[in-house]
Amino acid sequence: MATIRNMSRRQFIASSGATTALVLGAQLAPNPVLAALKGNPAAILNHFVKIDLDGTVTLTCSRSEMGQGVRTGMPMILADELEADWNRIQVWQAPGDPEKYDPAGKDAQNTDGSRSTRHSFQVMRELGAAARDILERAAAEQWGVDRSAVYADRHRLYRRDTGDSVDFGDVVETAADMDLNPGPDAPAPRLKQPSEWRYIGKDMPVIDNRDMSTGRAVYGADVDLPNLKIAVIARPPVYRGRLRRFDASEALKLDGVDSVVEVPALATDTPAQFRALGGVAVIGSNTWSVTRGRDLLDIDWDDGPFVTHESANYDQALVEAARKGGKRMRDRGSVDDAFEAADNVVEAEYFVPYFTHTPMEPPVATVDATSTPVRIWAPTQAPNETRQYVAEALGIDMADVECHITLLGGGFGRKSKPDFACEAALLSREVGAPVRVQWTREDEIQNGYYHAASAQHVKAALDKDGKVTAWHHCMAAPTLFALWNPGQRDSSNLEVGMGLVDLPYTRIPNIRIETGQTDTMIRVGWYRSVNNIQHAFAINSFVNELAVAAGRDPLEFMLELIGDDDELDLAADGVEEFWNYGDTVEEWPVSPKRLANALRAVAERSDYGEKLPPGQGIGLACHRSFHSYVATAVRVAVAEDGTFTVPRVDVAIDCGRYVNPEGIRKQIEGACVYGNSIARNGKITTRRGAVEQSNFHDYSVSRMSDAPLDVRVHVVDDFIHLRPCGVGEPGVPPYAPALANALYAATRKRIRSLPITAEQLSA
Amino acid sequence: MVSFKINGVRRSFDGDPNMPILWYVRDELGLAGTKFGCGRALCGACTVHLNGSAVRACVTPIAAANEGEITTIEGLDPAGEHPVQRAWRQHNVPQCGYCQSGQIMQAAALLATTPKPSDTQISNAMQGNICRCGTYQRILAAVKTAASEV
Repeated sequence: MATIRNMSRRQFIASSGATTALVLGAQLAPNPVLAALKGNPAAILNHFVKIDLDGTVTLTCSRSEMGQGVRTGMPMILADELEADWNRIQVWQAPGDPEKYDPAGKDAQNTDGSRSTRHSFQVMRELGAAARDILERAAAEQWGVDRSAVYADRHRLYRRDTGDSVDFGDVVETAADMDLNPGPDAPAPRLKQPSEWRYIGKDMPVIDNRDMSTGRAVYGADVDLPNLKIAVIARPPVYRGRLRRFDASEALKLDGVDSVVEVPALATDTPAQFRALGGVAVIGSNTWSVTRGRDLLDIDWDDGPFVTHESANYDQALVEAARKGGKRMRDRGSVDDAFEAADNVVEAEYFVPYFTHTPMEPPVATVDATSTPVRIWAPTQAPNETRQYVAEALGIDMADVECHITLLGGGFGRKSKPDFACEAALLSREVGAPVRVQWTREDEIQNGYYHAASAQHVKAALDKDGKVTAWHHCMAAPTLFALWNPGQRDSSNLEVGMGLVDLPYTRIPNIRIETGQTDTMIRVGWYRSVNNIQHAFAINSFVNELAVAAGRDPLEFMLELIGDDDELDLAADGVEEFWNYGDTVEEWPVSPKRLANALRAVAERSDYGEKLPPGQGIGLACHRSFHSYVATAVRVAVAEDGTFTVPRVDVAIDCGRYVNPEGIRKQIEGACVYGNSIARNGKITTRRGAVEQSNFHDYSVSRMSDAPLDVRVHVVDDFIHLRPCGVGEPGVPPYAPALANALYAATRKRIRSLPITAEQLSA
Repeated sequence: MVSFKINGVRRSFDGDPNMPILWYVRDELGLAGTKFGCGRALCGACTVHLNGSAVRACVTPIAAANEGEITTIEGLDPAGEHPVQRAWRQHNVPQCGYCQSGQIMQAAALLATTPKPSDTQISNAMQGNICRCGTYQRILAAVKTAASEV
């Protein structure tokens, strides 16, 4: 095995092993570990670029694919710097192993937070370039010429002097047999100039298109194993409820039901995190039988303390907590003085309820815990946390757990939380066979992790000229950190850092942002775009109300408040530890200028300002999230009876450097539909502690008839030289307020609570 | 004993005739292209053809297929080149892809009976098929493209 070290932080290896492939890539494991794997085909799993003798290039994707296009985007970056021909590449999905497959070292392969591209762009370039460098060296050796006389171009290696060329596959054996170590002082392989990029920045279709259109794509429930058992679990209807007793005699009479076993409840003083919470599992040979068997269980639950969780009361408590505020998160100027001196005070309250993720594929996991290593196959956004929590559940070392990632049939944050894999692991060990735990839709809706319900109280002072002199914003929402610290009653920096504390109105001289306190009485967890949803809704709705109060056009008014500063200095306003999506503000500043730029772009592209027929309206909203700047213009057409359609949506997005513009368009189109569901469709409520909704009939999501079908995406290139920013989530938050503002423009009815109902529009 | 053809192959099943087609094709035959989404005919992820019509396999018992013919996504076209499948790729429709088998089967059934559907007819036909990634705009465009080819 030849080893080269050509970068200070990373090492690259070339290995032939017993295979006929050259394997190149990054690894952080000590060399003895790799040496021990020599000759074992598994050794090739350490790497990011593999080339077979026939020249087929296999590129590793170590991020989870849930529809955001990462299995296309990451390979595009590698292939570009490698000079590979896209038609001769295939993509291999890496299992969970951060030492091998998180070369950026930033997030342990957790695919969430819209961060794959921004964290991996540079290292994927370096890996592709390093692989190309090795091929060029191998070709130079084969030809007996200096390395500088060789270059790669579209899957071939060329001699500059003669113009002769060979295929990548033709140098594999040479590369594998040579000492490729260029020495510690060798320069890093040259990266292409952006103008030389072949794939980066160009439209690319989804790599899995054919499999997805022919039914061959493999998702969580499609993994089959010899002797596989299938389980469904009856879970307590109330969060942290516990089993008193159960009778399975009727269920056990069914053909296809093998056994009924208790999944032990988590100890009462153990935080939920991503752990299995317990229940009663029906296990058998087919899904139909075990699902019917579950219906026949006779179970007595102890509902526990959260039986008092009633939406009717809880929501009111949130509203009161938002009025009360208490903890100052940002304080600029003198808000109290400004209100004293105000000519006009405007005040409004906004409410956004609980939501749940409803990916089309409900949670499902298959685990074989009958031997070591324990093996997991799951549609997980967090393969290494899946290993960690399964290891904990089984009381074994994480090193003895493998996690293989299938395609995800949607994720939206739900599949970051591997409680379902823990259940499968416990049951596999219990019954001595591999077990697939299948969640039904009812399970997913009633036993999920919920987007935090929230209330916001916002008050502004205006002077006699309609200028905003103060903005006082109080928010209350249950914290997702209660998963770790159940008694926590304060919102975290992470939650207020998502589009609230970074309120972008630089021209308002006095700003105070506060949070109130509340109990968390259910599993609250992140959901696509997280707290940005409610913050963007309140901020963009309220600024629209202020524009109305000041008699100003909302576009001009917003642009005036945002200003055009390059950076927003939150520290100067007393913000401690601005979360900034886990990244530094030096690398990813908050830029009012970029936000204003996106807003101007969408106004122009949407023909904002043109005269619309009666009953129609256009609404604007803009929001920074996950470092990207998105402005949305929604058009509505409202009928006499208060029903409405969304004939057109324009979205401008500045996401800095990007890889696949076609992928951006798809994510934004989809984000508008996701936002449309948030704005118009279902909400989760509880009664006696239990979620009242159960399936798509009472927790509705957007369908073709009420979805926006003309979403026009405008990728703003002005700041493309900057770092890549997020794309998967930032399109969601501005949609609902843009829609609400459009409805106001059309009807003069103000929406302050989601989802929008016919009553709100007819009131 | 229930007898039927599935994707052109004659088969019989002597298990519980109430087993939904979804679980028969997935658990008994290992045809995994048909997806479970809701179990109550609310989302369309499990859509297959029974005697040429789109049905929700999650609520349609295998008994309903007696002496009939079932087509799943695997059998829509042996080469995966049905005009709807081609249009899906041309418009780069899928995001996560999970609902797309059902969407494609629903669209293929529509075009079999209504070769030139209006936008409203497409919307009505596709109304029962949820896509949480929000690919409806591309689905609409792809159905129209496929309609121009069949």
